[in-house]
Amino acid sequence: MKKAFWLAGAMALALAQPATAADSVKIGFVSTFSGPTAVIGNDMRNSFELALDHLGRKIDGKPVEVIYEDDQQKPDVGKQKTEKLVQSDKVDFIVGYIWSNVLLASLKTAVDSKTFLISANAGPSQLAGELCSPYVFSTSWQNDQTPAAMGLYMNQKGVKSVFLIGPNYAAGKDMLAGVKSTFKGEVVGEEYTVWPSQLDFSAELTKARNSKAESIFVFYPGAAGVQFLNQYAQAGIKAQIPLYTAFTVDELSLPLQKDNAIGIPGAQEWVNDLPNAENKKFVEDYRKKFPGLRPTYYGAQAYDAAQLINSAVVAVKGDLTKKDAMKAEMEKANFKSLRGPFKYGNNHIPIQNFYLQDVVKDADGQLSLKTVATIVKDDQDKFHDKCSMK
Amino acid sequence: MYLVVEQLLNGLQFGLLLFLLAAGLTLVFGIMDFVNLAHGSLYMMGAYFAATFVAWTGSFVLGALLALGATLLLGIVLEYVALRHLYGRDHLDQVLATFGLILFFNDAVRLIWGPAGLALPLPAWLTVPVQIIPGVYYPAYRLMIIVVALAVAAMLYLVVMRTRVGMLIRAGASNREMIGALGINIKLLFTLVFGLGAALAGLAGLMQAPILTVQIGMGENILILAFVIIVIGGIGSIRGAFMAAIFVGIIDTMGRAFLPDLLRKVLSGAAASTAAPALSSMLIYLLMAIILVLRPEGLFPAAKR
Repeated sequence: MKKAFWLAGAMALALAQPATAADSVKIGFVSTFSGPTAVIGNDMRNSFELALDHLGRKIDGKPVEVIYEDDQQKPDVGKQKTEKLVQSDKVDFIVGYIWSNVLLASLKTAVDSKTFLISANAGPSQLAGELCSPYVFSTSWQNDQTPAAMGLYMNQKGVKSVFLIGPNYAAGKDMLAGVKSTFKGEVVGEEYTVWPSQLDFSAELTKARNSKAESIFVFYPGAAGVQFLNQYAQAGIKAQIPLYTAFTVDELSLPLQKDNAIGIPGAQEWVNDLPNAENKKFVEDYRKKFPGLRPTYYGAQAYDAAQLINSAVVAVKGDLTKKDAMKAEMEKANFKSLRGPFKYGNNHIPIQNFYLQDVVKDADGQLSLKTVATIVKDDQDKFHDKCSMK
Repeated sequence: MYLVVEQLLNGLQFGLLLFLLAAGLTLVFGIMDFVNLAHGSLYMMGAYFAATFVAWTGSFVLGALLALGATLLLGIVLEYVALRHLYGRDHLDQVLATFGLILFFNDAVRLIWGPAGLALPLPAWLTVPVQIIPGVYYPAYRLMIIVVALAVAAMLYLVVMRTRVGMLIRAGASNREMIGALGINIKLLFTLVFGLGAALAGLAGLMQAPILTVQIGMGENILILAFVIIVIGGIGSIRGAFMAAIFVGIIDTMGRAFLPDLLRKVLSGAAASTAAPALSSMLIYLLMAIILVLRPEGLFPAAKR
């Protein structure tokens, strides 16, 4: 009896022994996995897992270990989780970050420890400018780029005036600044709402209607986008003032927005129907692996992040201590991005196309997003001059 | 001018909705001396029930009525099974237990309905804006919320002030031990009051659902506001909750609507638009702080002894 007990103990110990750092690639993944925006984190995790499936669950022949951490959409929690990944798990790469404010809080920890950080969504202006770092890469965009593309589209449509509404946090400010940087008409009003707690936009919508603006622009990611479109339609403003958006209508919000989203244009760097082989495979396999779900740009960016890591590890033949060589390889963006053309600027932010997307009914009668036009080609963010890396 | 009218209506609508939530909370807190953090979960359950029943029956009104009944039932069951055993305990135990219930409800919802949330679409006749005075349009649904909430408030007033049950409720709020000593079945009264509070929270949740989304944790932010309201209004006082809810609703909405423009007169544009949302969300807490200093018992405290 006693012997069996010791045996069991020894076995448990053997099982608990972590694989030593040299023979696996350790990746920390920080995203939101609880609360109303957990659907976004789950989509990123699903896509990242799919990317690992496509890589045969191995990078350069080594097994991959991914540690997922929940930032609860809170900057302080995100920073704490990043510290844990860097200091106690000693990961080789940190990926993820939906929210700009969470990323900004976590950035220093990763950079100081010289751990590669790959932002798969958040793109605060500081990251592209004064806070750029050799150890930080983005597989998304700088926040201003997408709304700036929307501003260009609004110019094409001949829109004369706009009322801007967005959440009061790092990304919200970047987004509204982005539209203003390209939109040639008049900005009649600009409203910021408390983020993420404010879900009722009646006061802002009333002001927008009374401002007599020709159009409204909003940035409301996640559930807030559903709530905004509900209230926009219920107030009857949809019939009066057209809405232009960035990151407000996506595959996660669409099943809840339903018909309210029809006819609402958005700008995006990735759309599910982009015609390249990698993207087709990604979308098909995602829908096979996760029945009932559809991938989003959040997921596509996480997928690209896995490919970027793979390219770096393969280039140094698995020697993860060669950080300079890995950095040099990642700067080449030597992988096939799901969005097609993709290269890096000096600040490690992608130079890429932005597309106009629209909501249509697809073959199954479901609402889905479709690419309508290319708004801007090979767009580079406007903060790269402020980055000290050349 | 029209802008002010419309924003006042927005504030009134928000305030009345908060009243429905706060009324149940203040009754339970005032009469049973019970701190119920899970009140927000009942609000959430009301919304989930409504989304489910409306999808099943295909009728918004029928679905909403069924959801109301379901939340009432849930409240009674919850009181009978769990909360009844906590009345004699101190507030810390109650806070811990009802916090546990929040986690329980959030995970139960995740298991039953999934993490993504639900949509509760409105019937077409409620999605049109209504012209209330020439030149001012207001969403029909928000107008309906105002009407329903006012009707419920009036009914609540009649029940509490004019019926025997209401008399017992008032007596309970004033002196719990005494009505027990007078031979009133206090257990039954508590179950009833809790069920009523749950139904009111459910009503608030289901009415809010088409405006917002039905999602996990939707009751937690709004619960804080409900607590602010019962503190301002005076614990245990329905009238206090009503007045305080309308104050809070209007102050919050007016702050959001007009503070940015006021600030822009003294600050630069960018600073004003950043500071305004932060300041306007502080206004109601400032109000609470001032009331606590001037009248620690709240504006309309329930009569004691």
